[in-house]
Amino acid sequence: MPVLQSATGRSWQHRSGRQRLIAWFGWLALVALVVFAWQVMTRDTIWAFVADAPRQAADIGERMFPPRWGYMERLWQPLWDTLNIATLGTLLALFVAVPVAFLAARNTTPSVRFVRPAALLLIVASRSINSLIWALLLVSILGPGLLAGILAIALRSIGFIGKLLYEAIEEIDASQVEAVAATGASGAQVLDYAIAPQIMPAFAGITVFRWDINIRESTVLGLVGAGGIGLELSHSLNTLAWPQVTLIFIVILGTVVLSEWVSARVRHAII
Amino acid sequence: MLRLEALTKRYKTGDLALKAVSIEIPAGQVVGLIGPSGAGKSTLIRCINRLVEPSAGCVWLKGLELTGLRRGALRRARRRMGMIFQEYALVERLTVMENVLSGQLGYVGFWRSLLRRFPPAAVSQAFATLDRVGLSAHVDKRADALSGGQRQRVGIARALLQNPDLLLVDEPTASLDPKTSRQIMRLITEVCEERGLAAIINIHDVALARRFMQRIVGLRAGEVVYDGPPEGLSADVLTQIYGEEDWSGTIQAGDEMAAEAGAPAPVPAREAVRFAREPGALAVALK
Repeated sequence: MPVLQSATGRSWQHRSGRQRLIAWFGWLALVALVVFAWQVMTRDTIWAFVADAPRQAADIGERMFPPRWGYMERLWQPLWDTLNIATLGTLLALFVAVPVAFLAARNTTPSVRFVRPAALLLIVASRSINSLIWALLLVSILGPGLLAGILAIALRSIGFIGKLLYEAIEEIDASQVEAVAATGASGAQVLDYAIAPQIMPAFAGITVFRWDINIRESTVLGLVGAGGIGLELSHSLNTLAWPQVTLIFIVILGTVVLSEWVSARVRHAII
Repeated sequence: MLRLEALTKRYKTGDLALKAVSIEIPAGQVVGLIGPSGAGKSTLIRCINRLVEPSAGCVWLKGLELTGLRRGALRRARRRMGMIFQEYALVERLTVMENVLSGQLGYVGFWRSLLRRFPPAAVSQAFATLDRVGLSAHVDKRADALSGGQRQRVGIARALLQNPDLLLVDEPTASLDPKTSRQIMRLITEVCEERGLAAIINIHDVALARRFMQRIVGLRAGEVVYDGPPEGLSADVLTQIYGEEDWSGTIQAGDEMAAEAGAPAPVPAREAVRFAREPGALAVALK
């Protein structure tokens, strides 16, 4: 279609006239949608408050400084809890996610028709619910505390790790698997010699990446009572103790920067 | 030793890749399988060790019928058939030694293989085989650090570690330069001779096939159209296998190669590395 024959010779265009017209109307519809959505979005906005925002922000900012450094001695324990929630939650998730990933990957699943959809459903179910929501549910089931936090992190991470890992498994080079199978190796040996080495970099990267995310997520889990530094944040916010809030923000920032650094180092070392 | 009876493969797409192929190969014979792309060469050798399931027909290896075997028995039968691949099919992130020892997986239990604790006899066999293929200096390197020729040597060593009766070789030189191709073909035919192995070698370089094979089977559209000595590959026969073309150059090249290839040249392992690192090598490959 895009190749046009005319008296002067052949010419080539990326799209035909009809396709260009469709594309143009597509863009028009998109712009109209954005304008409409903006109107809906701002309908309930009280503009006086928005105008007042800089002053309010400056006021809170003023009250937040200087941070109350002395509060730090009460933060070490919750901070340690937060790290434990993230780490144990990630480890717990690995135990479930790795087998589920192998069941979900098209090239390793025992049954494409029955087992694979079940594994995929598990992954989607876990992914579709945020860890904060998981924590809310678990706190009301298990009561507040670290255990609820660890399980919340683990439940959310199963889907994340499972999905990325099964995609990595589906992308492996089949000829290496063929070669190992051709030696007379058993299924478990093929897994160990042909599949595991190929997914190892992805596995390490995904795990460390998720651990890094979990550190960030576990800092807020305390807001709903699932332990860790978020619990202190919630107390401080409720009592309008702004200098403490500032210190907690600084501590969270430091932790995240540290975890980012560790995960970058680990990924670099393994890949 | 190996007997194919009316071996047939129809893929799910409906393509009939093999049409009742019957071949018999005695122990120690090296057979070259030639034919145009899509003639069913790869399918044929994969149907023998059942990486591809044949649709009909029988495969007899030393009196054992392979097409009806169940999982465990098939695994035991596969140990007797070493396979060498076009793109080497090494596990890239494992070391040379691990790749070579993976040829022993059919003989070693799962836990031993998981912990990489292979029997001492297997390890010394691996060392001896690596010496034989000229890779003793690279035992501890990762497979992806090697050049093409070196990788194919690892592939050969892996197949030999199975202690096979038969080698199934799928386009061993298709990814290699002409010099390395000849070295690899020479190595394969030599080890077959040393150990009395039979081999089926898919190859699309007719000149190489004429030089190194004892017998040529020509496949066209899933049917055997030639079976005989390499000298019998006349222009008429080649036309029958591949279709109309001027074959005089190909036949001449094969004759020259056969004349020049008297004594086996020493195997310089460094050679391949140097070739791969040569600045011009990549540019030539890209042309």
